[in-house]
Amino acid sequence: MNFDHHIKPKTSLFEINIRELWEYRDLIYMYVKRDIVTFYKQTIMGPLWFVIQPILTTVMFMFVFGNLAGLSTDGIPQPLFYFSGIILWNYFADCLTRNSKIFIENQGVFGKVYFPRLVVPISITISNLVRFFIQFGIFVIIYLYYFFQKGGNIDPNLYLLLFPLLVLLAAGLSLGFGIVFSSLTTKYRDLTFLLQFAVQLWMYITPVIYPLNSIPADKQWLIALNPMTSVVETFKYAAIGQGVFSWWHLAYSFVFMIILLIFGVVIFNKVEKGFMDTV
Amino acid sequence: MPTSIKIENLSKQYRLGTIGTGTLSHDLKRWWTTSIRGKEDPYLKIGETNILASNQQINKSTNQHINKSTNQQINKSTNQQSNYIWALRDINLEIEQGDVVGIIGKNGAGKSTLLKILSRVTKPTTGSIKYNGRIASLLEVGTGFHPEMTGRENIYMNGAIMGMTRYEITSKLDEIIAFAGVERYIDTPVKRYSSGMTVRLGFSIAAHLEPDILVVDEVLAVGDAEFQKKAIGKMQDVSKGGGRTVLFVSHNMAAVKNLCNTGILLENGIIRKIGEVDEVINVYNTEQTRDIKTYFINDVSNTSPIYVAEFKIITDIVTGKEFGFEAKIFTETEISTAFAVGVRMPDSTPIMHIYSGHVGEVFKLKKGLNFLKGKIDHLSLGAGFYDINIWLGDGATVYDYHKNVLNIIVKEGAIREFGPVSTKNGYPVITDAKWNLL
Repeated sequence: MNFDHHIKPKTSLFEINIRELWEYRDLIYMYVKRDIVTFYKQTIMGPLWFVIQPILTTVMFMFVFGNLAGLSTDGIPQPLFYFSGIILWNYFADCLTRNSKIFIENQGVFGKVYFPRLVVPISITISNLVRFFIQFGIFVIIYLYYFFQKGGNIDPNLYLLLFPLLVLLAAGLSLGFGIVFSSLTTKYRDLTFLLQFAVQLWMYITPVIYPLNSIPADKQWLIALNPMTSVVETFKYAAIGQGVFSWWHLAYSFVFMIILLIFGVVIFNKVEKGFMDTV
Repeated sequence: MPTSIKIENLSKQYRLGTIGTGTLSHDLKRWWTTSIRGKEDPYLKIGETNILASNQQINKSTNQHINKSTNQQINKSTNQQSNYIWALRDINLEIEQGDVVGIIGKNGAGKSTLLKILSRVTKPTTGSIKYNGRIASLLEVGTGFHPEMTGRENIYMNGAIMGMTRYEITSKLDEIIAFAGVERYIDTPVKRYSSGMTVRLGFSIAAHLEPDILVVDEVLAVGDAEFQKKAIGKMQDVSKGGGRTVLFVSHNMAAVKNLCNTGILLENGIIRKIGEVDEVINVYNTEQTRDIKTYFINDVSNTSPIYVAEFKIITDIVTGKEFGFEAKIFTETEISTAFAVGVRMPDSTPIMHIYSGHVGEVFKLKKGLNFLKGKIDHLSLGAGFYDINIWLGDGATVYDYHKNVLNIIVKEGAIREFGPVSTKNGYPVITDAKWNLL
């Protein structure tokens, strides 16, 4: 007698069912849709909230870091400089925070029905992408304004073609870090608090409020160890023509992302099987 | 019929209390004290070591002798010593395609654990399950329902969670809505639904999933009688029409009897009985009932000068056989009284009255303790469960009255030399008659 399914106590560490994940692609779609639809139900301004938050943050940064602290923006108009950094960083940080809470927040569903758990972090990463692109639209408007204004010092270049790669890097990194943390938080709840705090500090070692140029050249590699650095910096360089561009930094981030994702998926896969008994 | 599910040596062990200590600081402290300073684990409870050790022994043992002692170990509710419990222990089962299997047992018998493993929500500790096709599990109705989304959106969401594609859902959408009876509300957010509507919708989605194996945990309990009937009908269709396998957990024996052809009785994580559903339910019910035949009355609030101090049944309780009982009656004065035993169905429908007054018997009791015996030559109750009330009084006054003093089980027996008497038709009273063909 042959059976097509087999439930057994232990599965290999690397037994990751990508085909099954593909079979559940409609669930990913539904999760993304649910995320977006329910976000603005019963709100007055709806998707406008996606836009208000980065704009207000930009204004705040211009005041605090730009005017009070007088940090350099590398000759880039302040709104453009801060806004571009903020939307990329926010995308990364939001995904990471939400992904890190998957197991705890979905206990109810996970305890009642089986589906490949990776569906959830993937859908979160995608649904936040929608939000990112709405914010990116605002960026384009600000960008065009400065582009057509003389003396804006805007110099877009061919590196703009790297834009999809940069989004992929931000998405992959937040997904990777997120699933690693979510796997760990099933055992250690306090990691959630640590992570919230860490994400806040993390922004300061990413060139969001200062350009990488303002760091002494021999110390720049320290900041570049942060895989998000090249994402933010390359984007500014490609769109505005100011900043540090390095293939090495980019390649580092890419390799970092790949290793992180592999590690993340393996540990996530291990945790998802037994987590109902440990959470 | 080919085998649909094959369960081999399936066990599931849970650890009582929390796993680890839950926080990083505790684990770090434990690591610091045990590994660095070489002291005892600060979080280990007294006596834990022994239990862990004895448990490892059990885990390692494969021979029959020690396995028997595990059967005592696994009594979850009484063994408070161990930190580990076997929610399931060495379950072996083969379920054929098209079978409708009712899984019954007391709370904590392991029913839900079995379904959880089947649904792949949790994994077994040892053993394996092999099965064919797709399993849809309904451990809860409407998993993933979002209150802000409409019924229609939630159908897609919930369907997708259970493994349907959007195309499949669209093709069945009308059927799902019609079965749930929520046509008018389908574009209303689910938060405005009554709980019954939510359950109906949730069940309807699962029922239209067309799985090869449908696993249903006690979810119908929430719906009204009409919907329960409809749902059971739907599950019957699923098994008969589609040749699909259904596993159904319920405490509602009527529903199990109605729906299932095979029964599995779980008790403390092991299979107590497996077989025809009626048989298995009988075993379950028999064990549920208190098998005590004596009732002592110790009612301090009773200031009556005459009362029943003890009532007991002194014979076996078998259909058609002699049925005898004895009452100990205490009185402070000489008094005349009658005595009655009332027999009721478990739902308290009166079914039989054994009243001395009916046959003109009034007893003159002497001061102090009196013993009163009564007997029926042929008990005319069919096999089943009955409650006993007792009554003491004369026509005008009730001296003493107790409801539900005993819950008895009448065992299957025969009237005259034929038998056993069938109780399949559900008549509780079985009586002899003189027959003449004219």
